[in-house]
Amino acid sequence: MATAPLAPPTPVARSARERSGAWPLADRIAYWACWATGIGLALLTLAIVVFMLVKGLSFLHPALLFESPSADIKQSATGGFLDPILGTLLVTAIGIAIAAPLGVAIAVWLVEYGRPAALARAVESSVEIVGGAPSIVLAIFGLGIFAQGFLAFLSQRAANGSVYGRSFFAAGIVMALLALPLIVGSTREALQALSPRLREGSFALGKTRATTIRHVLLPSVRPGIATGAVLGMGRIIGDTAIIKILLGGLRVETVGGVPVLGLLRGTGSTLTTYVYEFSPAGEGNAPQKAYFAAFVLLLMVLALNGVVTWLTLRQPGGELPRKRWMDLWRLSAWTR
Amino acid sequence: MDPMMPPPVRRIAVDRDPRVAPPRPSANGVATGAVALPLKTARAPAAVVRERMSLDAVWLAYGENWVVRDVSLPVRQGEVLGMIGASGSGKTTLLRALNRLTEITEGAARAGRIALDGQDIHELEVNDLRRRVTMVFQQPNPFPMSIFDNVAYALTEHPERGSRRRRRSGAMRDAVASALQRAGLWDEVANDVDRSALRLSGGQQQRLCIARALAANPEVMLLDEPCSALDPISTAAIEELIVELRESIAIVIVTHNLQQAFRVADHVAFMHLGELVEYGPSEEVFNHPRQQRTRDYVSGAFG
Repeated sequence: MATAPLAPPTPVARSARERSGAWPLADRIAYWACWATGIGLALLTLAIVVFMLVKGLSFLHPALLFESPSADIKQSATGGFLDPILGTLLVTAIGIAIAAPLGVAIAVWLVEYGRPAALARAVESSVEIVGGAPSIVLAIFGLGIFAQGFLAFLSQRAANGSVYGRSFFAAGIVMALLALPLIVGSTREALQALSPRLREGSFALGKTRATTIRHVLLPSVRPGIATGAVLGMGRIIGDTAIIKILLGGLRVETVGGVPVLGLLRGTGSTLTTYVYEFSPAGEGNAPQKAYFAAFVLLLMVLALNGVVTWLTLRQPGGELPRKRWMDLWRLSAWTR
Repeated sequence: MDPMMPPPVRRIAVDRDPRVAPPRPSANGVATGAVALPLKTARAPAAVVRERMSLDAVWLAYGENWVVRDVSLPVRQGEVLGMIGASGSGKTTLLRALNRLTEITEGAARAGRIALDGQDIHELEVNDLRRRVTMVFQQPNPFPMSIFDNVAYALTEHPERGSRRRRRSGAMRDAVASALQRAGLWDEVANDVDRSALRLSGGQQQRLCIARALAANPEVMLLDEPCSALDPISTAAIEELIVELRESIAIVIVTHNLQQAFRVADHVAFMHLGELVEYGPSEEVFNHPRQQRTRDYVSGAFG
């Protein structure tokens, strides 16, 4: 018997009830409300970006990026914002350098050890509480700590002997608290998502728990750690309160003669405080500079956003971490 | 076409598809009682058969629940021990107890004696024991690293101490290659051992897991349904490998596949509800079972 070719089936028409027109009124209102808020949010985001783009570009002076700011009555003499850019980078670097290893360690302990259970629960809730605390609360707490005499080596002493308590060290360390919960969270989730077979496989080869963590588990969760770190960076870059209270300057001022230590003990500013100070609300009152600085800040955050998207899209273990430049190449292929 | 549309439905019972063969009535009209097991290909017995592990009145529990009751068995080098039984019969638990992998489950308890070369395994250092008694799991579980690193990881006793240069040394390369060769994977991956192990096919991944287990230079190898996730060709490759390995390593294999147990095992242990029902040479267990429950199981009456 010859095989009769299968005729494509005729689609069954959807019943009238299935079409949205037949929905109950409440459902229709809810549907359009969801639709409208979604579109509205997208439009708002677009408006922010376009507004910052127009404002930023209309005051675009590349020289601003490379000039140090200075306090002056005359607008033209207040300089650019090289120092705030450097400050942002420095504070972010310090914050992540502290938060990443600590966060990964906490997450590993929580998932792989976590005994006694009561302690693990306590650690988990404290991480959550730190994550939920307003940054200004962390900042004022930090100021109380770093103004203690025995921590003078992290900032500087005023002429009367009191400790200043504000420095890149102080701001960076408190910023680490801000990023820590994000890194703990994403690392913990990545570890929990790993198959228990991976651990068993390593134990069955006579490997200790420590070796398993170091050589099997941590390499597997690298994308999760990176995602947390990048999210943490975004949080640090965007924070104003901690900088305002714990860094408190405008230009980068070093303390003492030691090159790196002097810088870290010194004061400065970041883009967020610069925007604040130069906006009409602050003391500088040079809105166009504030706009351009805000534009640069937005660009940095957008770039980090792209990095997060890329990291989360990437499947762990898809290719070897050794050839990291290959990933860059693949990213360019993906954006094309 | 509307993506919400279900695919067209063929009324299978009514519209006969000419591509599908019609059901054939069996020769005598009734199902036969015994499985028709293929004849075992004659296989030379191993040169040396010697007992490596012994289980003596072993009881195992998870919490209050005793899942293995009073099992005594020998594990011999030079032959393959097959463990068969329905799900929940305790065979996997028993297997995991042999290298103390049960201990990573909370609430696991044990009674009785398990010895490796006459020494109680609970007196051995646990990681040492697990290097000597390695395990291959039901699902292939290669680590997310290169093929080379997967094997090298098992090879190095303290990977954190070996520098990358040392790990890439000639001796290490040879050892990795020989492990891959023994697992029959070398010819397929020789040119790209630096590829991610996750890119391999399921059967290749499982052979990589075996290579990894072999690299640890074990004395006993435990296989927990190693072929249940694999196609027949990969299965055949692994079965062949198991039979080859039994000369140098004592092998215990848990399987749901009776045909496989018959093909690879020299001795078979049938477990039911935590108890060892029957143990003996596989020919005997399959063809002349002494227990009614064994007869029912191997003839497919339950399980």
